[in-house]
Amino acid sequence: MPGKAVLTGTHFMNGDEACCEGALAAGCRFFGGYPITPATEVAERMSKRLPQVGGVFIQMEDEIASMAAILGASWGGQKSMTSTSGPGFSLMMENIGLGLCTETPCVICNVQRAGPSTGLPTLVGQGDMMQARWGSHGPYEIIALCPASPQEMFDFTIQAFNLSEQFRLPVLIMADEVVGHMNERVVIPPADQITVIDRAKPNVPPAEYLPYHPGPDGVAPMANFGDGYFMHVTGLTHDERGYPTMTPAAQVEMTDRIVGKIRNNLDRILDYETLFLDDAQVAVVAYGISARSARGAVLTAREAGLKAGLVKLNVAWPFPEDFIRELSGRVKTMIMPEINLGQMVLELERLAQGRCAVRLVAHPGGTIISPRRIVEAIRQALEERP
Amino acid sequence: MTTALAAAPPRHPHDDLLRTERIPHIWCSGCGIGIVFGSLMAAITKSGLARQDVAVVSGIGCTGRMAGYIRLDSFHTTHGRAIPFATGLKLARPQGKVIVASGDGDLLAIGGNHFIHAARRNMDLTVICVNNFNYGMTGGQLAPSTPFGAKTTTTPQGNPDEPFNFCALAAACGASYVARWTALHIRRLTNTILEAINHKGFSFVEIVAPCPTAFGRRNKIRGALDLLKFYYDRSVVKNHLAPGEATIDFDHNLVVGKFVEFDRPTFLDHYQMVNRGEVEAWPATGVDASAAGQRKAG
Repeated sequence: MPGKAVLTGTHFMNGDEACCEGALAAGCRFFGGYPITPATEVAERMSKRLPQVGGVFIQMEDEIASMAAILGASWGGQKSMTSTSGPGFSLMMENIGLGLCTETPCVICNVQRAGPSTGLPTLVGQGDMMQARWGSHGPYEIIALCPASPQEMFDFTIQAFNLSEQFRLPVLIMADEVVGHMNERVVIPPADQITVIDRAKPNVPPAEYLPYHPGPDGVAPMANFGDGYFMHVTGLTHDERGYPTMTPAAQVEMTDRIVGKIRNNLDRILDYETLFLDDAQVAVVAYGISARSARGAVLTAREAGLKAGLVKLNVAWPFPEDFIRELSGRVKTMIMPEINLGQMVLELERLAQGRCAVRLVAHPGGTIISPRRIVEAIRQALEERP
Repeated sequence: MTTALAAAPPRHPHDDLLRTERIPHIWCSGCGIGIVFGSLMAAITKSGLARQDVAVVSGIGCTGRMAGYIRLDSFHTTHGRAIPFATGLKLARPQGKVIVASGDGDLLAIGGNHFIHAARRNMDLTVICVNNFNYGMTGGQLAPSTPFGAKTTTTPQGNPDEPFNFCALAAACGASYVARWTALHIRRLTNTILEAINHKGFSFVEIVAPCPTAFGRRNKIRGALDLLKFYYDRSVVKNHLAPGEATIDFDHNLVVGKFVEFDRPTFLDHYQMVNRGEVEAWPATGVDASAAGQRKAG
C-alpha cells in the first residue's frame, strides 16, 4: 500500500518511530538491520514504512552484515541506514571503519542501553560515547548527534543524513533507551519545509573522474554503481584514483583528507545550545537524555538564585573544543552528567586544562540521572573553595 | 607503416575490462586465480551486459584482489563481508548484476554466516569462490577447505579438522545454481560462469585452484603445473550429481560439474510479492478455530 514519505502533521510517537520518520523524510530508502532492544522499534517501523515509499527493508543475519549491507546500498545510490544498541554497535565497528575509509554516506542509530556486554538490555545507558569516537581502528573523525527527545530524533535523523551526504561518511545518532522509548509530541513539517541534502555527483567525464579528489570543501563528488564511472572502492589505503597504494605517503594523504574534511568544516557541523551562560559560575554540559535532566537542574538552580548555566551538546562528536576551552576560562566549574562512569567528561578535563574545576555526575546505567543530583552538584561546586 | 605497428602497444582481448595501469598484479607465478579471472572476464564479455550494469565485490585475500584489477564498478570490502555488501548493492540497484569474487577462507570461514543466509534467501548474486585450500595471502594458514591431514603454517603437524564441502553446503542452504571445476577446466569454467551470471538467484561456482607458493610447497607438490595437474587428474565430471555426493576426494574422486540448477523466486521477487499482498498468510492451510476453541473450552 503506497504511503507518504513525509507524514506532515502533529503526532504522538516514541523516539525510535520518530527516527524512522526523519530517515524517510531525509530520503532514506534502504534499511538493513538486526533486532536489538531498545532499537527494535526502528527496524519494525522501517519494515512497515519502507515498502510504502518504494524502499527496501531487509533483516540481515547479524549487525556485521547489516552494516556491510547499508554501505553496499549507499554505493548503489540509495540513502541507507541501520539501527542498533551496544552489542550490535560493537559488531558494526569494523565496517564503520570501511565506511570511513571509503567515504560512504550512511546513518547508524545507536539507541544506547546499559552495558558492558548484555548489561541491562531494556534500560538506559550512555556508555557507547567513546566507542562512537574511537571504536573502529586507525585515525579518523566521526560525526555523532545526540537527540534528547522524540522531536529531536526526527530532526537530528534528517540532519544526520544531510551531514553524511555532505561529508561522505557514516554518521552516528547516539540516542538512548529513554529517548527511544518515550512517547511525546512530534511535529513533522510539510515536505517543502524540510532541508534535504544529496551527495555531490561527479560532473566530469568518466575518464577524468578521480573518486577521491576532494572538492573545495575537502569532499570528493561520489559516483554510484551504474553511473558508468567504473570506480574502484577499497578499504586499503588508496590514492585519489581509489587504487591501493601501500606507502606511508599515501596513508598521510588519505587520512589527512578523511580527518580534514571534518576538522576544516566544524562551523557546518558543530551544534550546541546554551542557557543562562552569560553570568554563569557553573556550566552544566550535557547530551542526550541527560541534557534534559541538566536543563531541569539549571532551571531549579536559577530559581534558588544559583548562577548555573547549560550547554546542551546536539553534536557530541566532533566535540566543540574551542567553545569549551573558552568557557572553561570564565566559569568556576563545568559539570557533566552522563549515564556511564565518565566518558565525555574526559573531553571537558582535556580542554579545561585546570582553568576551571570539572565535576562528573555519573550513573553506570539503568536509570536517568535525576535533576536533584545535578542541583546538588551545582550547589557543591559553588561552595567549593577555588 | 612499420613504425606505426611498433608504436602500438600489444592489446590483450580482455584489456577493456582490465585496469591495465594496475598491472603487474600481485598474484604469484603458478597461481590459479589468474585463470579464473580470465574466465570471469571472458564470461562478462560473452554475457553482452552493459559494463556499467556489472559490479564486482570481493572480500580480503588473494582472490579478493580481483576487484582491484577489473575495470568495472568494483568493491574491495572487509574480510568475509563481500556478500552482505553485495546484498545491499544489489537491493539498492536491482537492475545491476552483482558478482562476488573471493576466496574460500573469506567466503566460508569468516564469511560463512553471510554465505548460508544469502543462499537461503536466493539473493540474486553470482558468487565465484577460488578454493586454494589455504589462506595464501598471509602465507598459508588453515582454511575451512584445507584437506584433513594437510600441512599449513597453523597445522604444522597436519590438519586435524574436516573441511567443508562448499557445493553441498550451498545447495543445502538453498542456492539455485551450484557448480565446481578445477582451474584447468577453462572452457567449461567460462561457460559455467556465464551461466551463473545469467542465472537469476544465488549462483555459486567453486574453482579448485593451485596455490603452489603457500599450499603446494608445504605438501610436497611444489610445481605449479604439478599441482594444477594433480587436481585435474583426480577430477571426474558428474553433472547433476546430488551435491552431498560431490566430494573433493583427492584419491580418485574430486567431483566436478554442475550439480544444481533450478528456478525459484529471489529475495526481491518474494519481497515484492509479499508487499503487493500476493503471498497467502501462513499457515496456508488455515487453522480450525472452532476445534481449537472447543479444546480450550473442554
